[in-house]
Amino acid sequence: MRGNFAKITKILSAGVVAAGLLASASARAAEDTIKVGILHSLSGTMAISETTLKDAMLMLIEEQNAKGGLLGKKLEAVVVDPASNWPLFAEKARELISKDKVAAVFGCWTSVSRKSVLPVFSELDNILFYPVQYEGEESERNVFYTGAAPNQQAIPAVDYLMSKDGGSVKRWVLEGTDYVYPRTTNKILEAYLKSKGVPAEDIMINYTPFGFSDWQTEVSAIKKFGSAGKKTAVVSTVNGDANVPFYKELGNQGIKAEDIPVMAFSVGEEELAGLDTKPLVGHLAAWNYFESVNTPENKKFIADWHKFIKNNKRTTNDPMEAHYIGFNMWVKAVEKAGTTDPDKVIDAMVGVSVPNLTGGYSTMMPNHHITKPVLIGEIQANGQFQTVSKTPGLVMGDEWSDYLPDSKDLISDWRAPLSCGNFNVKTGKCGGKGTN
Amino acid sequence: MKIFRAIGLTLLFLLTTLSSSGAAEADLRAIIAKFATAADFSETGVIVRELTATGDPAVERPLAALAEGNLYIRAADSMVFVGKEGSDSIQLFDPLSGEAAGEASADDLTQIGVNNTLRRTIRDALGTLTLGSKDPTVRIAAADTMFKTPDAANIEPLDAAIAGEAVASVKALLEQARAASILVSDKPDADKLAAIALIGARGDRDALSLLTSVEANASGAVKEAATAAIASINSTLALWDAGQNIWYGISLGSVLLLAAIGLAITFGVMGVINMAHGEMVMLGAYTTFVVQQVIRASFPGLFDWSLVIALPLAFLVAALVGLAIERGIIRFLYGRPLETLLATWGVSLILQQAVRTIFGPTNQEVGNPSWMSGSFGIGQLAITWNRLWILVFALLVFGVLLYVMKRTPWGLQMRAVTANRRMAASMGIKTPWVDALTFALGSGIAGIAGVALSQIDNVSPNLGRGYIIDSFMVVVFGGVGNLWGTLVGAFSLGIVNKFLEPYAGAVLGKIVVLVLIILFIQKRPRGLFALKGRAVEA
Repeated sequence: MRGNFAKITKILSAGVVAAGLLASASARAAEDTIKVGILHSLSGTMAISETTLKDAMLMLIEEQNAKGGLLGKKLEAVVVDPASNWPLFAEKARELISKDKVAAVFGCWTSVSRKSVLPVFSELDNILFYPVQYEGEESERNVFYTGAAPNQQAIPAVDYLMSKDGGSVKRWVLEGTDYVYPRTTNKILEAYLKSKGVPAEDIMINYTPFGFSDWQTEVSAIKKFGSAGKKTAVVSTVNGDANVPFYKELGNQGIKAEDIPVMAFSVGEEELAGLDTKPLVGHLAAWNYFESVNTPENKKFIADWHKFIKNNKRTTNDPMEAHYIGFNMWVKAVEKAGTTDPDKVIDAMVGVSVPNLTGGYSTMMPNHHITKPVLIGEIQANGQFQTVSKTPGLVMGDEWSDYLPDSKDLISDWRAPLSCGNFNVKTGKCGGKGTN
Repeated sequence: MKIFRAIGLTLLFLLTTLSSSGAAEADLRAIIAKFATAADFSETGVIVRELTATGDPAVERPLAALAEGNLYIRAADSMVFVGKEGSDSIQLFDPLSGEAAGEASADDLTQIGVNNTLRRTIRDALGTLTLGSKDPTVRIAAADTMFKTPDAANIEPLDAAIAGEAVASVKALLEQARAASILVSDKPDADKLAAIALIGARGDRDALSLLTSVEANASGAVKEAATAAIASINSTLALWDAGQNIWYGISLGSVLLLAAIGLAITFGVMGVINMAHGEMVMLGAYTTFVVQQVIRASFPGLFDWSLVIALPLAFLVAALVGLAIERGIIRFLYGRPLETLLATWGVSLILQQAVRTIFGPTNQEVGNPSWMSGSFGIGQLAITWNRLWILVFALLVFGVLLYVMKRTPWGLQMRAVTANRRMAASMGIKTPWVDALTFALGSGIAGIAGVALSQIDNVSPNLGRGYIIDSFMVVVFGGVGNLWGTLVGAFSLGIVNKFLEPYAGAVLGKIVVLVLIILFIQKRPRGLFALKGRAVEA
């Protein structure tokens, strides 16, 4: 009996010690920070675009901490450099999730880098916020797409050019860099134009390699195509670095925006910063945000950015706004779920609504895409865009294009009970194209 | 719009005989004041048309300012001004008289927005208004605009302008503009046939564009004549196209030559596989950027000279970095190509990241001096000034380099060391120093190539990456160790590439060129111009 008693006290005391240990452990956890991963290239070809996004994220996290953090804890940024190397993106994502135990990751720019990290995020069940306009044809449970889907950028842009204000364009040059985003976007646009009654001979599609710098032949081909007596426009999905020589050649060969306007989907304030924009006045871009947008939210954002980066000349751009929206959505969803547990946050995300910088609210839809206004801007001599057209309401991101034969029957809805990224409404089954 | 313009033009000819009275000016001011209340582009457009309809030449100033986005509304009193951006405020001018009207900060002014449609409207309107200008270049621009936007209402004013025109070349353009307007009018077919003949003789793309739309809308003899004229223009243009491809090829060749010529020395003559060659080009481009920044800040008048000033500096910067690389790394690795390749690759990464840290990852703006902007035409061939100057510059650099290599003692030593190092050393040549200086020379040449390339490419830390593969391709294809080989290699690759591009597309074109080079190297492993003799085995 005595022995038993001794045993019991032993067990009890052990239990108390253990409980104490546990309590102290959880107390330490409470002091701990919430880690947020930032997965943007800081070196290599994509550094030119992605470094800015890393800085924008650091600013947002700093501001949130100044407001008292999240769930009573401070946020801590974990920055890694995937060096514009696609397989390295997957490795770094794994490192962020498994080693640093981040609660969510904000990152990627190119589609190929996103595709490379997708399996990591679904395997380790974490959250990725992807801030760049992309080609669509994808909806993943673990990814939130805060950039534009094709129907939030490309289609409204073409609509604008077809309208009277945009010059009633009848002939189209689809000029792009040779990779997945331009190819898919142009496929969608071609189908869309044909559905609007544009004959095949009035559409010219051309691709150039990454970083292409000798545009003489292409620009003179555009000139040639434009001299058929019909109003012609160029829809450009030319990526990053190749844009500067492209626009320089346009300017030098005297292609004026009044005659053949160029509508670009990858040219923002950042790209124009390296250019003398005087010969380019009037060429267009379609985005969901321009730095020149005149709202109090945007003014504050720009002022904060200049203060954070300590340079009054640094521009803001559309993917930065996407991170702004995505980060605030995540904060709100975490508060709603009361935890940073990815599963619960993913469920809490749908329906979260936060202010965007263009004077409205963006809402996370069940397909993990958001609602945004679409703006068309003309390049000004000072390197900014002037908004010449804005969609009257918000446009909901459509992940599966209605204009491509293999995706028009697919929908995505990540809420229970459907919980499927590629539900085929014809067959009533989850699965089909895009199961990657 | 047509009616307005017709009224405007008749008024114009009435008004040019009268001096504009104070009453007319007050009317104009009343119309201009309406800009302040326009809510969107279409309302602004209505006011523009109203202004044009007055036909008063005085509206040219406010309209031209509007087209350039320089028309402002002062928030305090809703007055409209022409603004000129100064360093921290905007200078204001009266929209009609052009007299200075003080200045205001950008926050107190609202810019009147324009879009492409408005700009086009203004351009057309200014075209008709400036037909009577004293300056022949303005009249040429007016004729050109009227040719591109033909309108039956233009015929009468054009007739009047043609009658009063003294300069033959301007007169010819006016007649073409008149012919274009006849084609869209309801004049008899005989007039239209004559007009088609006139426009067919013009023979450029604008004429083609116009005739194509005429062909689509006409019938009978006019349609046939238009079809025939289109066919003849197309056949001449096809010839010009071939000429254009050759020019584009030469121009691409000159860029390749510039990028590769430094490598022709470091790799070609010295045999160092220098993966950091592209970064030397980048350093040259950034030197140009820094020079332009200094000039912009302190000596704005010298901007057109910025490239000339940047040349020696870029050479020095790149040469010094090259010298440091040679003395610090490469000299320990002679004869170990794999290690050299890896080490210089590392150096290239270090240089890229250093530039990224200092200047930031974004593109830097390097401006084109005025003599390198725009283009000129030879027949139907459009030649851009920047490409032409780059060609001239590339050939110049090549010439100077050839002279240095063949005619100076230093060149002789360089060649001697390359041909037989031990023999050269025993003749008393300090081979380590020749190595170092040769490498510095190659790097320096890459630096001045960077000055030229900053004019056509973007100045970013990745600038060099785009050229390194092409440069090696040119040097290997042309024959390692031979400057002439590099010249011929660069131009033949350029021309082949540009001839393939229109047919195969840029992506496939490049692949085809690569495959061709691989096949060629299989057949002639030492390139086009192989060095003969004992030098080769080293």
